[in-house]
Amino acid sequence: MKILICISHVPDTTSRIKFTADGKQLDKQGLQFIIGPYDDYALARAVELKEAHGGTVTVLNVGTAETEPTIRKALAIGADNAIRIDAEPTDSWFVARQIAEVAKDQGYDLILMGRESIDFNGGVVHGMVAEMLGLQAFSPVMMLDVVDGKVKMAREIEGGKEYLEATMPLVAGCQEPIAEWKIPNMRGIMTARTKPLEVRAASDETKLTTHVHFELPPPKGAVVMIDPSNPEELIQKLVEEAKVL
Amino acid sequence: METIDKKRALKGGEFLIRETDAQDIFIPEEWNEEQRMIAQTCRDFLDSEVMPKLEEIDSMKNPQLMPQLLDKAGELGLLGTSVPEQYGGFGMDFNTSMLVAEEIGRGHSFAVALSAHTGIGILPILYYGNEEQKQKYLPKMAIGEWKASYCLTEPDAGSDANSGKTKAVLSEDGKHYLINGQKMWITNGGFADVFIVFAKIDQDDKLTAFIVERNFGGITMNEEEKKMGIKGSSTRQIFFNDCPVPVENMLSERENGFKIAVNILNIGRIKLAASAIGGAKAALNHAIKYANERKQFGQTIGSFGAIKHKLGEVASHIFASESALYRAGQNIDDAYEDLVKNGMDSSEAKLKSTEQFAIECAILKVHGSEVLDFSVDEGVQIFGGMGFSADGPMDRAYRDSRINRIFEGTNEINRMLAIDMILKRAMKGELDLMGPAMAVAKELTSIPDFGAMSDEGLFAKEKKVLLNLKKAGLMIAGAAVQKLMMKLKDEQEVLMSLADMLIEGYVAESVLLRLEKLIGMRGEENCSLQTDMMRIYFHNAIEIAARAGREAIYAFAEGDEQRMMLMGLKRYTKVEPFNLKEARRRVANHLLSENQYPF
Repeated sequence: MKILICISHVPDTTSRIKFTADGKQLDKQGLQFIIGPYDDYALARAVELKEAHGGTVTVLNVGTAETEPTIRKALAIGADNAIRIDAEPTDSWFVARQIAEVAKDQGYDLILMGRESIDFNGGVVHGMVAEMLGLQAFSPVMMLDVVDGKVKMAREIEGGKEYLEATMPLVAGCQEPIAEWKIPNMRGIMTARTKPLEVRAASDETKLTTHVHFELPPPKGAVVMIDPSNPEELIQKLVEEAKVL
Repeated sequence: METIDKKRALKGGEFLIRETDAQDIFIPEEWNEEQRMIAQTCRDFLDSEVMPKLEEIDSMKNPQLMPQLLDKAGELGLLGTSVPEQYGGFGMDFNTSMLVAEEIGRGHSFAVALSAHTGIGILPILYYGNEEQKQKYLPKMAIGEWKASYCLTEPDAGSDANSGKTKAVLSEDGKHYLINGQKMWITNGGFADVFIVFAKIDQDDKLTAFIVERNFGGITMNEEEKKMGIKGSSTRQIFFNDCPVPVENMLSERENGFKIAVNILNIGRIKLAASAIGGAKAALNHAIKYANERKQFGQTIGSFGAIKHKLGEVASHIFASESALYRAGQNIDDAYEDLVKNGMDSSEAKLKSTEQFAIECAILKVHGSEVLDFSVDEGVQIFGGMGFSADGPMDRAYRDSRINRIFEGTNEINRMLAIDMILKRAMKGELDLMGPAMAVAKELTSIPDFGAMSDEGLFAKEKKVLLNLKKAGLMIAGAAVQKLMMKLKDEQEVLMSLADMLIEGYVAESVLLRLEKLIGMRGEENCSLQTDMMRIYFHNAIEIAARAGREAIYAFAEGDEQRMMLMGLKRYTKVEPFNLKEARRRVANHLLSENQYPF
């Protein structure tokens, strides 16, 4: 089985997010970057599928050279080789174009990625890639298995789960608990540097979206305890401070 | 290449009398991508498998939990970092194994179990085992299939380890040694499959080491010890009753056991320091987060100067101790490479390289464990009432810290050992202390040379302070040796004072060298906070050294000699005023804005 895993390089979930002074870019200073957590689950599942059925897992990232440690982590987790498209992943369309370009005519049985990245949370790349390649797409996929050449999946839907069966090739946006999250082991880490990481130029420079401005959400208000015997204070605070009455 | 030659030429303890080039030391900012990934694996493992179970681990209700966690760590390869690849491990260098120890160090009882297994459990076989023993035991130990413990201490033989009463007698058929005796405080005792046991054969004066498997028979043990801290670490008393150990399981040679114990402890000591620094960072991180959350008088407590003072001090201590830790670790790695290049066998080279830096190992054991204690103590204080509550994280941190000043040689033993080793090396002619000590004595009676060192250049003032600190140490140590001669070993108080001067000198120098190298890499403007931490540490170091120096002088010198030495000490521990309060605030403000210790 041939699997392509698309990973994003995103700030750690515990990061304190700041923007540059003009509000147009993420301030990357001091941030730790990780494999997008949903992508990480997709990768873990791909490694499990490879262990069960054989085949290869190729990891793909659209990003500048600074993403290479993140890519090598994916290799340490168990991917066989990697491709980096040397460009800033500016918008979903751009990223999807790069993925489609890499995947076309390569005979991947499964193209897996997270349901969404956790930086810009567009959640549309899998759909776009499928459209560009003329494949079907599923998301959010929380279970995925290959039985007798067919893909069995479970998808989270409003109020329940949907069980599906589909033919390969296909594109899936994944989320937990699709696989057990994997921590790279020492052997994986030591072999990662020997695995091929190919850098390619972006194939299509078209960028359709620009970020105009980012704003941080207002700071969370502290909880104010009000004595139950003093409802007037509550009313006063709701009127004057919260301005909801 | 000249720089490499110079780097290799620096021997253990030589920092006292020789200057080190900043370029020759390793600093934690130089961890490569692979090492960072290994550290992250340790963090991920702790966060997902260990930290959510701390309560369960400490309760000891499930005796299988700890071995299961070790198995999982083994699957990730965390138990085989020091074991060469040919025995199923990963053959990582010493500093990388210290990084693993640091990262795991915040894992409380789990960290103790892991380090006992990988350190005092595995290393005796790795370094002293013959090929058959290595083939038989190491591959299983490297993955955790067999877990190990180390049986040295006895009820009447703690710090005085060689006084143990456990006996080994050859059986009539000559195939086994029958071991009889009692060992105590045996970490991992409850579940270990392999015990490294020290015993005396017949009427020998010195110990011999044996590899003992649990299923050899004749082994019984008491219930788990009830302890102040590391409650989840299995600690047993073990009784050997005619335990039959095949003769081929003798480790190294007869009566070589004490040497094994001492050399393995050298490594254990510096690794304990690594683990302690990991614990200290974790405690500081808790304190920083709490200081950002807890509000009093309408503001977060982190906004108060008293709290900033604590945060700034603890961070500076950690930064300094860590600088010394990896500097020494790299020295050991370099010495090892050198010895192997000159044809020495790998195991022997590992031992020799650590033995070479045994003084630094003892220094770091003391300093690391005391920085950890400082960090948890201030952590409790910052948490206030919640620090005293068993529901907060500081309770466990505070209790678990305490053992570090006791095991692997108490800090008192290690202080005396550090001085003892220096004096022995001086007497053997390996370390030229008398020359520099006499030069200092001569300088004392002459007119002070105000222009000896330039005030120009990066950290010129600090370098001068450091040089003077070393002079103060040499002055007092030289006089103490001359005056007390053979009596010095009984004047433990003086030895402790000398050790404090030695420790502070080494750590202060290490943090200064780290800064010098770091500034070379990043530029001065990007290292202002690290510079603040270095200066904060320097002021502490000088205060401690000056006080320790006075103590020593009061203890053995009188009259004119005393007056002259006190004047000298004053001159050598002079330091320019520096606004420590503002420096601590700058450091603390950064910690608070990052909500963690980010250096």
